[in-house]
Amino acid sequence: MIVEIGHFALALALGVAVVQALVPLWGVARHDKVLAGVGPAAAVTCFLLVALSFAALVFSYVRSDFSVENVVANSHSTQPLIYKFTSVWGNHEGSMLLWVLILTLFGALVALSRRSLPVRLRAGTLAAQGLVTVAFLAFTLLTSNPFRRMVPAPADGQDLNPILQDLGLAIHPPLLYVGYVGFSITYAFAVAALIDGRIDAVWARAVRPWTLLAWVFLTLGIAMGSYWAYYELGWGGWWFWDPVENASLMPWLAGTALIHSTVVMEKRDALKVWTILLAILTFSLSLLGTFIVRSGVLTSVHSFATDPQRGLFILGILIIFVGGSLALFAWRAPLLRQGGLFAPVSREGALVVNNVFIATACATVFVGTLYPLLLEMVTGDKISVGPPFFNATFVPLFVPLLLILPLGQSLAWKRGDLLGAAQRNAAAFGIGIVVALGTIALTRGGPVVAPLGIGLGVFLVAAAFFDLGERIFRRASGWPAMFSRAKGLPRSAWGAAFAHAGVGLSVIGIAAQAWSTEAIGVLKPGERITSGRYTVVLESMLPRSGPNFRAEVARFQLFADNRELGVMEAAKRVYTARAMPTTEAGIRSHGLSQAYVSLGEPEGNGSIAVRLYDKPLILLIWIGSIVMSFGGALALTDRRFRLAAPKRAAPAGAAALPAE
Amino acid sequence: MLIWIIFAVMTGAAVFALLWPLGHGREAAFADAADAASLYRAQLGEIDRDLARKLIAPAEAEAARAEAARRLLRASGKDAGPAGETESSLRRRRASSALALSCVPLLALLVYGAYGSPGSPDQPLAARLQADPARQDFALALARIETHLATNPSDAKGWSVIAPVYMRQGRFDDAANAFAAVIRHGAASAEAHAGLGEARTLAAGGVVTAEARQSMTEALRLDPKNARARFFLAIGKEQDGDMDGAVTDLRALLGDGAADAPWAQAVRQRLERLGAESAGSAIAALPAADRQAAIRAMVDGLAERLKAGGGNLAEWTRLIRSQAVLDDKAAARGALTTARERLAQDAPALAQLDALESELSLKETAP
Repeated sequence: MIVEIGHFALALALGVAVVQALVPLWGVARHDKVLAGVGPAAAVTCFLLVALSFAALVFSYVRSDFSVENVVANSHSTQPLIYKFTSVWGNHEGSMLLWVLILTLFGALVALSRRSLPVRLRAGTLAAQGLVTVAFLAFTLLTSNPFRRMVPAPADGQDLNPILQDLGLAIHPPLLYVGYVGFSITYAFAVAALIDGRIDAVWARAVRPWTLLAWVFLTLGIAMGSYWAYYELGWGGWWFWDPVENASLMPWLAGTALIHSTVVMEKRDALKVWTILLAILTFSLSLLGTFIVRSGVLTSVHSFATDPQRGLFILGILIIFVGGSLALFAWRAPLLRQGGLFAPVSREGALVVNNVFIATACATVFVGTLYPLLLEMVTGDKISVGPPFFNATFVPLFVPLLLILPLGQSLAWKRGDLLGAAQRNAAAFGIGIVVALGTIALTRGGPVVAPLGIGLGVFLVAAAFFDLGERIFRRASGWPAMFSRAKGLPRSAWGAAFAHAGVGLSVIGIAAQAWSTEAIGVLKPGERITSGRYTVVLESMLPRSGPNFRAEVARFQLFADNRELGVMEAAKRVYTARAMPTTEAGIRSHGLSQAYVSLGEPEGNGSIAVRLYDKPLILLIWIGSIVMSFGGALALTDRRFRLAAPKRAAPAGAAALPAE
Repeated sequence: MLIWIIFAVMTGAAVFALLWPLGHGREAAFADAADAASLYRAQLGEIDRDLARKLIAPAEAEAARAEAARRLLRASGKDAGPAGETESSLRRRRASSALALSCVPLLALLVYGAYGSPGSPDQPLAARLQADPARQDFALALARIETHLATNPSDAKGWSVIAPVYMRQGRFDDAANAFAAVIRHGAASAEAHAGLGEARTLAAGGVVTAEARQSMTEALRLDPKNARARFFLAIGKEQDGDMDGAVTDLRALLGDGAADAPWAQAVRQRLERLGAESAGSAIAALPAADRQAAIRAMVDGLAERLKAGGGNLAEWTRLIRSQAVLDDKAAARGALTTARERLAQDAPALAQLDALESELSLKETAP
């Protein structure tokens, strides 16, 4: 019965979403506040219904209710509870339900954020969000229904894809979805602004926290996905320029540009049209990612069961939302009042440069991802656009951007002083150069770009904090004064510094991978293999059995510079229900570096193929991403956002808003 | 019924949530300009606070203040158009209410009606496992026992439960293994030996093989009255051509047991067939040419019947064997092919057919 209640709740949510899409829109068009008031009520109702539906599906999974087809296909009674739970979104249907859940959650949050949003903008936004919800609810219900029943119920399920039976599944998709779907709100804001024909600093203030929130989660989601691929797939790679990864990178790049252009709009009332376009493009790229991944255009661990009907449906959604919003943009954008002009050498000018670089980088990723797919569709030729293409296009675009990033950060608004900014960053630049030279001297030989990259990363980190330091020390004397200045600095400034330092840390980690080494050998117990600084000795092979798998575990002793670091284990598992093997890499962190062992095929004579990688400073890649997200979160908590929240003048006796 | 009441309550709650703001909203116009103006006023306040915290210089503050004041001026005094008149606003509310009242239940019923299964109860695994075994669904019970036996392979009782199930499903090899396991793990009863013999017989396509016969004999040693073992030994005699012996044994079996014994019917049918086979004995008395023709007519009749549809493994086996014996290899091969198509779903049967093919050396020899 609970399954059916969940199913009915989802069907009910579709009707509510239709009302959410239509009535507030009418209210906006007719200046009718009562109709607009239906938006929040509908959004909250819709969220509650979808949450009920999601809870019902979770309940079916946790209880192993094999009368639900989706549970049969993706769960097994012997799975540990945590994987029964995460299996809910470890498949196409369930993940669409999670997607809709987060979509409606954002709708409900907008509906409830009464203090920070003007009624009219909120109504328009909720209507646009309602339209997106209708599309995805219809997609879920009609083509990907997770509540289809199976009678008679089989005795047991078919188990979840073993690659997905990992803690990563509990973290990566929800984070990523909050990121993707969060950008649907900025999209909805943009559409609302276009329909309304009004866009101003109020809009920018209203959008800013949502963009930041989405960006923070998308950053964490991508980083987590990268780390998961790194340790689960057993190849030691952390980014493959695979279409699925690019599908998440494109909205991230567009979202990064959007965060920066929103700042210009908020502070200077300029760059409006571009910001609106970016907001539309960011979500469009999210949708495109969904289409690439779920339509069966390519096969990957993300594509699940493919079905041409689904591909067509998503393509329809894509055309309606991207085409519709771009058409609306073409029609209404010229009507928007343009903002003021500004000097090229200024903070806003620098932010425009940032946007141009990031947008171009995003475009190269777009071409590199879609061109092979289109070519294959049209001519049937398979070409591989891999790391060489992206290294030759994306990297040269990003390196100059990073080089001028500190300059832009220390330029003043309106009229900046380029020379002064350069002087302020000279010390940080010097540190970067010294580190690069030092690295070259110390490593002797090896790739030349690596030390330069490390120098660049150090420069970014140093510049980020020198800039803050300068703002704290300037005109301040004595520790208490400096402390109060540090406290008084807007949190968005701290956030920017942390985010940029995070980029620097990631750059260091990425550059250091040029020194990573790999060794392959066939080992018998007692034999050793060396790669870079690390040596492992195969101690023994032992069988082991888990709740729903059998494993052949190899125990290694790890040595670095003739010092024993301890024991590490790598394994090959066979999941019994699907008779599918997986590789579990053995990873040991050693400072910020990692030793990484993965097993190949066992040879007949008791020996086994072993790969050993030395991954210097690799943890910095993900630590950098976390620092970036932390910076974003800091900016999100900037209290000035709340101070500037529009206090409605409240005609006709609306409840007075609490004072700040 | 209960589920429809719950659905009705859910629908009512959802529609009510949508109608509430329509019934309770009072003011009918927006205050955009006021919203914008209050933002710029807040910005002005922020500038003063920044100045107080010495984050910006007085000159900067002055410039910023001028900018914010300019925006404030632009924003104020141009609020949105007049609110709709009461009449049309009421009409709009009614139309919206009608939309909510119709669209929500209709869409939900339409979609749920197309894809939902209101009659299917939840079937969480734990509840299914605890259910009364008599009412428990069959596949689950089987899987449960199999899982149990995979971890406790020496549980003779478990094997003795599952073996007859395999027999009923036609998985004769599995059944034979299960009966063998029962005997191996110390529960060797006459019934287990007889079961093993029966499974072996059926696994061999109905032929009472030497192994099967051994099991039956063992069963009779433990219980001379075991009906199953006596029955199959009688069949064995029949297959050896000892028709009279078979008939005698079956009659004795029928005489020993109660008239309503569960196997009595099978024995009677067998006796009837043996009566028919006595007609076969009549055929044997015919001159050689006529005899051949009579036999061929019988085989053709069987082939005709099987070709029309149906036919189990035993019947197909009989047909192929007969055709092979009549030296009509082509017909036997044809029958074999048809049998494979008909029994394609049944892996053990296919294995039997393969065995039969090599036994009768029907395999096409490469030229």
